[in-house]
Amino acid sequence: MHIAEGYLPPEQAAAWFVVSAPFVVHGSRALVRQVRADPESKLLLGAAGAFTFALSALKIPSVTGSSSHPTGTGLGAVLFRPPVMSVLGGIVLLFQALLLAHGGLSTLGANIFSMAIVGPWVAYGSYRMVRRAGGGLGPAVFAAAALGSLATYGVTVAQLALAFPDPMSGIVGALAKFGGIFAVTQIPLAISEGLLTVLVVRLLSRTSGDDLRRLGLLRPAAEVRA
Amino acid sequence: MRRFSWVNLLLLLAVLLLAVVPLAFGLGSGEEPFSGADALAEQAIVDDHPDYQPWFSPIYEPPSAELESAFFALQAALGAGLLGYCFGVARTRQRLRDAAGRQRG
Repeated sequence: MHIAEGYLPPEQAAAWFVVSAPFVVHGSRALVRQVRADPESKLLLGAAGAFTFALSALKIPSVTGSSSHPTGTGLGAVLFRPPVMSVLGGIVLLFQALLLAHGGLSTLGANIFSMAIVGPWVAYGSYRMVRRAGGGLGPAVFAAAALGSLATYGVTVAQLALAFPDPMSGIVGALAKFGGIFAVTQIPLAISEGLLTVLVVRLLSRTSGDDLRRLGLLRPAAEVRA
Repeated sequence: MRRFSWVNLLLLLAVLLLAVVPLAFGLGSGEEPFSGADALAEQAIVDDHPDYQPWFSPIYEPPSAELESAFFALQAALGAGLLGYCFGVARTRQRLRDAAGRQRG
């Protein structure tokens, strides 16, 4: 989902910065508030950041014959709500833009919007919906991570289609073209990402049950198992 | 406890399987099988919009593919290392709490 350096027209690159900036500013405040209000949660914040850092470095082969990477933002979105992830995801993208020439500074706004804003919000929304429908913690976390990952790539497809409409078939054709590159490739990866996130939450429910109860993932006393 | 570990193992196996199956069945296509989707998208732009000039280039670019993969490995290692550390701390805290609980109770 990394749009390469320089591969968005300047006006659009700037527009995505304008769109993303308020989310990141709000997210930074949310992060500081979280740490102040609940210093105990610093360890889990570190875990959520580390999870997205590690996962977004892993290029995994997919059924379409190309490879892509998970985003890892679902965990933090479910644990700490999406605003916090706009900061943690943004740090990951900045690291990759500066050291790996993966993504870019000019496209940072657009990439933050897909991976650190829309992905986490879709993840959180999916989590809440499954929980409200009576689903357990495991299925809810799976839906969150998998759908968040797909949504991130969906946004990238839309961003590229807007910037580079197909010469013949316009934006619709470009949506199909970039969708063909990203969407099917990402389906098995989204499933992997969902399963991995469920695994981490299961392990956390054993080691950090009190934290998960405080963050509202586990109900008090009951439901020790994810 | 046993069921807990079994489910975790199955989750890991499923993730491995999802990555290994495309490789094992040789689903790779194109000149460079299993090239990155990001790179494919970039190529699609270049193909369909030959007149588009990227107006900004990376400030720093790893000088070779080897060094690029080294940076990716570093990123994964840092992330996995910190995650492992967090689990270690959380587990130790849990054990100390359990031990304290037993002494009291």
